[in-house]
Amino acid sequence: MTKSLHPGAWWAWALLLATAATRTTNPLLLGLLLGVAAFVVAGRRTQGRAFGFFLRLGLLVLAMRLLFEALFSSPLPGHVLVRLPSVPLPSALAGLRIGGAVTAESLVSASYGGLQLATLLICLGAANSLASPRRLLRSLPGALYELGVAVTVAMSFAPQLVLAGSRVRRARRLRGKSTSGLRGWVASALPVLQDGLESSIELAAAMDSRGFGRRGVVSAARRRATSSALLIGLLAVAAAMYGLLATGSPAVIGLPLLLGGSGIAVAAVLLGGHGVVRTKYRPDSWGAAEWLVIASGLAATLGVVGAGRVAPGSLHTSAYPIVAPALPWPAVAGIALALVPALLSTKPRPQARQVETGELIGAAR
Amino acid sequence: MIRFEHVCFRYAEAETATLRDVDLDIPDGELVLVIGRTGAGKSTFLRAINGLVPHFTGGTLTGRVSVEGRDTRHNPPRELADVVGYVGQDPLSGFVTDTVEEELAYAMESLGFEAAVMRRRVEETLDLLGLSLLRDRPLVELSSGQQQRVAIGSVLTAGPRVLVLDEPTSALDPPAAEEVLAALTRLVHDLGMTVVMAEHRLERVVQYADRVLQVSTEGAVVDGSPVAAMTRAQVAPPVVELGRLAGWQPLPLSVRDARRAAAPLKERLARLGKPPQPGRNVGNVGNVVARARDLVVRYDDVVALAGVDLDVAAGEVVALMGRNGAGKSTLLASLVGLLSPARGELAVDGKQPHRLASSEIVRLVGLVPQEPADLFCAESVLDELNADGHGARAQRLLARLSPDLDLASHPRDLSEGQRLAVALALVLAAAPPLLLLDEPTRGLDYPAKALLVNVLREYADGGTAIVIATHDVELAADVATRTVVLADGEIVADGPTDEVVTASPAFAPQVAKILHPLPWLTVAQVRAGLETGAL
Repeated sequence: MTKSLHPGAWWAWALLLATAATRTTNPLLLGLLLGVAAFVVAGRRTQGRAFGFFLRLGLLVLAMRLLFEALFSSPLPGHVLVRLPSVPLPSALAGLRIGGAVTAESLVSASYGGLQLATLLICLGAANSLASPRRLLRSLPGALYELGVAVTVAMSFAPQLVLAGSRVRRARRLRGKSTSGLRGWVASALPVLQDGLESSIELAAAMDSRGFGRRGVVSAARRRATSSALLIGLLAVAAAMYGLLATGSPAVIGLPLLLGGSGIAVAAVLLGGHGVVRTKYRPDSWGAAEWLVIASGLAATLGVVGAGRVAPGSLHTSAYPIVAPALPWPAVAGIALALVPALLSTKPRPQARQVETGELIGAAR
Repeated sequence: MIRFEHVCFRYAEAETATLRDVDLDIPDGELVLVIGRTGAGKSTFLRAINGLVPHFTGGTLTGRVSVEGRDTRHNPPRELADVVGYVGQDPLSGFVTDTVEEELAYAMESLGFEAAVMRRRVEETLDLLGLSLLRDRPLVELSSGQQQRVAIGSVLTAGPRVLVLDEPTSALDPPAAEEVLAALTRLVHDLGMTVVMAEHRLERVVQYADRVLQVSTEGAVVDGSPVAAMTRAQVAPPVVELGRLAGWQPLPLSVRDARRAAAPLKERLARLGKPPQPGRNVGNVGNVVARARDLVVRYDDVVALAGVDLDVAAGEVVALMGRNGAGKSTLLASLVGLLSPARGELAVDGKQPHRLASSEIVRLVGLVPQEPADLFCAESVLDELNADGHGARAQRLLARLSPDLDLASHPRDLSEGQRLAVALALVLAAAPPLLLLDEPTRGLDYPAKALLVNVLREYADGGTAIVIATHDVELAADVATRTVVLADGEIVADGPTDEVVTASPAFAPQVAKILHPLPWLTVAQVRAGLETGAL
């Protein structure tokens, strides 16, 4: 088996896990979600670097949340752990404070919130490392292709900036300039931007030379019709979301508008696709395995939502007073089901051997 | 195939035309070499073939350029993609996708090929360019020679009859350059493609060319046979210089042709005994300036230098050679304190470079990076020179290195040779006892290279220790007193240049290859030898 799963399935799975995480601040459930994401990523051994980056970002978010809680917000009453020196503020700024007492309760409460945010980020990281966003963009319908390229180029701009940045910092050291401090940053920003821009222009030239943006014969009127239909459809969807989510708005602009709007948008995308010459090399196919991956992600979401119905309160662990978090069984079962992709999905092609032989042949030449 | 009819081209803000009344015809199946000084307009000429000039760059083009009868005026590059394949200077910055196979398919996807055709062409191209074992590899992990071949393959799959390449071998080490050139000659011989390429490294490519187009700084393009162009050229590759010196007729362009004509010369030189060393400072070295003992440098879990022992003395010029990724740049970066050793000791003038503040290090070690423009941070050359506090000295140096340079111009608008001159002036103004250069001849034409050689010799005579990381064997043969070959982070050869470079076929300069087994390395040596022999 050499086929890998459709990137859309991976992204849907990870986003469903993230949705589950938005519904709960229970640290046990969040921990389970993290464990599932990490286990599946580790089993696939794809681009682990992206995952590592998001993992660190998640930890940073958690740490920042705790730090801000300790320094700036009014504490929950309870067990005082430490009293920081406090800065008196004028009465106009009532509600704000700097320093003062730090209670165990407020730290625990902040850590639950921080953990939830970190879990969201790490689920995104899992999506990134399971299927690169570029691969996902390849699966976009033809009419949206150019939008996808804009995103791809924008994403390649960021790592280039990082590279250019480190080069310029090295160069500043070679010139005997300080590499830190605000002035150092400002002085190196311009060359970095210039470098990044130059390589993006180079990329655009290469893409143009290779036929990017060739169009079939489409009349201007039809093109205009397509794009306005797309715009109207999307506006309708946005209004419908508002109607559905905001309480107190008339029910009419909810579901019907959502269905109508998405119908128009889909039609516009299909219509626009006719003018596109592009074809796809080895398109990712969608089969039973992909449905199963999505179903397992959905199990996690439904499990957590279901737990809220079966045992109300189990999803949000109280910090005042501090209690042991509950472990509602529907949520645990659902999250456990999300592990299925680790068993089912095909591993990526073994590459190590090929690399070795490739280098041997290169060396022999 | 490709027709230029009275073509003139001027960039939007430029005062003078870059191309002037270019009128020529390139027939089917030829390998055409475009030469000229840096900044003369070679890239502009190449980009005019597929319409990037003027559709992408702007500017005014008069006259008519057509490829297979398609006028570039009415066909932007994307409409010509199935006729002309264009490969830019830096392959990595032109890659759109992540892996080799996807990159090869990209052009065909844009042009709307059938899925079955795409599969077949990708397989054919993988085989043709020897890439089949790399098909799943991420593009960023490939070596630069492999990247260049993928870049060529990625335009080939669309089935063009013309391939346009801008300096395809400049950044490559000698074996990787051989790989790319072998692939290109195969395309010309087996598939009958027309290949148009610009290249400074004439010693590598002139022997394969069917014709040479010389772009002058005034914008004229002169069409001629390679032999005629080489006879005319002021500075030429060593094989041609040697042929002119020895008066060989017809002028040989390849090492093989020269070798067949070289028998009488070899007899004469063999009688002279040991070759003279004109302009080279051999055996006359001072104190040790830089010293490494069992030096180990790591990037995360990759060992870049694995136990290096090296002494560099004042007045020495050391050429650091080896494959891309062998650890050359790492060694230079450690010497200037950008990297800290994981083990072992490293000292410059008795001090550990990575512990020094950047203001101290510049007075001890000067490094000209691979991309000299990285050093620049000001809006004009003059500001640049004055930025470090010894502006007057830097200006005097630059006046020697590049006398006609306009000090008001923006550093990024300079040609490759001028950038190197400014970077050298900046670094040398601090008068460091150790000078490091990373790949200094990349993109330099022969006159600029000759000037660099003179400056380096002068500083070595003045007692500066110089280390040059380079793929350019001719440069090493010209200036280096000592050559160190690195492989996988270890030193595999260290000795006098004439012994090291003649011992290895990959690193032998052309003159040494022609005169093998005599230990003569450069045309200058032969010239000096013949003069003293005649006396």
